[in-house]
Amino acid sequence: MTKDFSVHVEHLTRVEGHGNITLDVKNGTIEKIQWSVVEAPRFFEAMLRGQQYNELRAITSRICGICSIGHSLASLKATEDALNVSISEQTQLLRRLAIHAENMQSHILHIGYLAAPDFLGVGSVFPLLASKHKETVLKIVKLHRLANEMSDLICGRTIHPIRLVVGGFSMVPTKKQLLTLQKRLKESKPVVHDVAKILLSVADAIPQFTRETEYIALSSDDEYALYEGVLNSTDTGRFHEYHNYQLLTNEYVVPQSTAKYTKHNRASYMVGALARFNLNSKQLHPWAQDVAKMFNLKPINYNPFMNTIAQLVEFAHSIDDSIQLIDTLLDRGIKEEKPTKVVVKSGRGVGLVEVPRGLLIHDYTLNSKGYCIKANCIIPTNQNHANIQQDMEKLVPEIINKTPKEIELILEMLVRAYDPCISCSTHYLDVTFK
Amino acid sequence: MSTKPRVAVFDFADCEGCELQIANLEEEILDLLEIVDIVSFREVMKEHSDEYDIAIVEGSIMRPMDEKRLKYIRSKAKILVALGACATIGGVNKIRNQWMPEEVMKDVYGNAKVKGNELFNVNKTKAVNEVVPVDYYIHGCPIDRDEFKHVITALALGKKPEIPTYPVCVECKKNENVCLFERGMYCLGPITRAGCKAICPTNGSPCEGCRGLVKKAETECVWEVLERYNLSYEDIRRRCTMYNYGRAECGAQ
Repeated sequence: MTKDFSVHVEHLTRVEGHGNITLDVKNGTIEKIQWSVVEAPRFFEAMLRGQQYNELRAITSRICGICSIGHSLASLKATEDALNVSISEQTQLLRRLAIHAENMQSHILHIGYLAAPDFLGVGSVFPLLASKHKETVLKIVKLHRLANEMSDLICGRTIHPIRLVVGGFSMVPTKKQLLTLQKRLKESKPVVHDVAKILLSVADAIPQFTRETEYIALSSDDEYALYEGVLNSTDTGRFHEYHNYQLLTNEYVVPQSTAKYTKHNRASYMVGALARFNLNSKQLHPWAQDVAKMFNLKPINYNPFMNTIAQLVEFAHSIDDSIQLIDTLLDRGIKEEKPTKVVVKSGRGVGLVEVPRGLLIHDYTLNSKGYCIKANCIIPTNQNHANIQQDMEKLVPEIINKTPKEIELILEMLVRAYDPCISCSTHYLDVTFK
Repeated sequence: MSTKPRVAVFDFADCEGCELQIANLEEEILDLLEIVDIVSFREVMKEHSDEYDIAIVEGSIMRPMDEKRLKYIRSKAKILVALGACATIGGVNKIRNQWMPEEVMKDVYGNAKVKGNELFNVNKTKAVNEVVPVDYYIHGCPIDRDEFKHVITALALGKKPEIPTYPVCVECKKNENVCLFERGMYCLGPITRAGCKAICPTNGSPCEGCRGLVKKAETECVWEVLERYNLSYEDIRRRCTMYNYGRAECGAQ
């Protein structure tokens, strides 16, 4: 079919931050396909210059509103690595709960508020409230509230946590509060099941598109890795030298984007829930595996649109794992404990965690007085930008005979499936301060 | 007001956490939808309209292209509300104002060829009121959800929202916390505007000053605090870097 058309999406909606999609077709030939990030750069690494070790967490939390708990944990791990600070078992358990809380709130926000309107053919959740889907929206709201209240309980606040500090917690939940939380987590399981069934009923709205790519995530022998693990790739296997993570991430600058791009073994790679699922699905709790089966999601799945389903699977996993973590915490007895005392020294530390959108790395070098002299942060969405671009290049020829409106929607859905955190992803490169 | 005011939400350079706080109102959003029409909110909706009465602006302003967009938004809005620390006081984004933009550009983008590319044309960080007039402020990093509800409800009813002018210490005392100075920490509560329910001290962490300085600090009390804990005015200035860097009130720049 010979035709001329353009798709220009400026400031893509229902994602965090500012991204544009450009597609120009002339005489049926694709002249340009571009995913670009137009967010204003914020220069976080430069802001860390001269800040004291115990202030880095609070500042880097502000990189992102959605994954501020993840940034906090990556920051604390990097700082503690640089200063050789070890943390107690209780802190370790509570941090794992914190990561689940964030994964849950972020995933349900994406599934329910950002992605689901596409499956149901509306522009946002608001019109759904006046439709037959009202009950579904209220179920999603209920799960979102639970995840946020869990974050509040563990971290003091959902956005920009307060209680997470170098070496431990400034305050911990009580036994009674943990028991109440555990009860609510258990009660939420039927609600999750209902939401899964509803999603399944509209799952044919998920485009059938595949492109083989590399997936990178943390992996661990002990569990489905989120808080701790080693770098792992579907192409090249495990990479234990976490201080040399740059050998995997290889950041570079492209003119259409204030966020940097990355690549490893191929032109691009993907991180996030689907990458984790593809690498570590055997370690999911049985209930989460059942949810995956409902959608016929099996590793290795090469459809990026299935990332949303992988998030739902992880949501179920986080509930079961949290219930179990609370049992462990209660068995050993939760108590007020002071954060580990820090002896200030110079050094470099790297912190790796899996956050909702994928692998997050903070890397700090401190001077002998504990002030930051060099910082580097590698954000999940950075790592996905090149993969989004590559997907678009394969996807557009496959859908070129659809109407421009339909093509626009599918491209938007593709970007949304990655759940990009664009405001996070701007402005990162190795910084050396003179 | 006979018809519901039309509200539009816009974001500039920030983490979008304050917009997320609106989503975090959960069921209570439904109550707000009874009194206002949301006509634009890019983070959660595809629909967009350029016809609105109240513009809620999040984020700080970094580039000439952003200033242009903000001025357009101002020209369309009857009321402009600055949302969150990035918009109200420049937020943590102002930390970098101690260096020239060219310097941080080079630090972060190295030798990448970005000259002449307007996406990368960065000025010093500005709060929203340094570019256009602001009618109302919703402070905090992130904002407090109840305060957001209060401001929007007041504006929808054509009333003036009440924002505290007293310091965080007042709310901290209400929560019956042990003063963090007593616990050997340093807190900006005595000079920071309240309205956050003293959430940080209540969770065992010092106030970082995200809501900006109180308009008129009770200087006597502040001096008393400093004296009691053997601290100097210099100490306060030094601790203000996270949120108030560049503010004349804290002596910097």
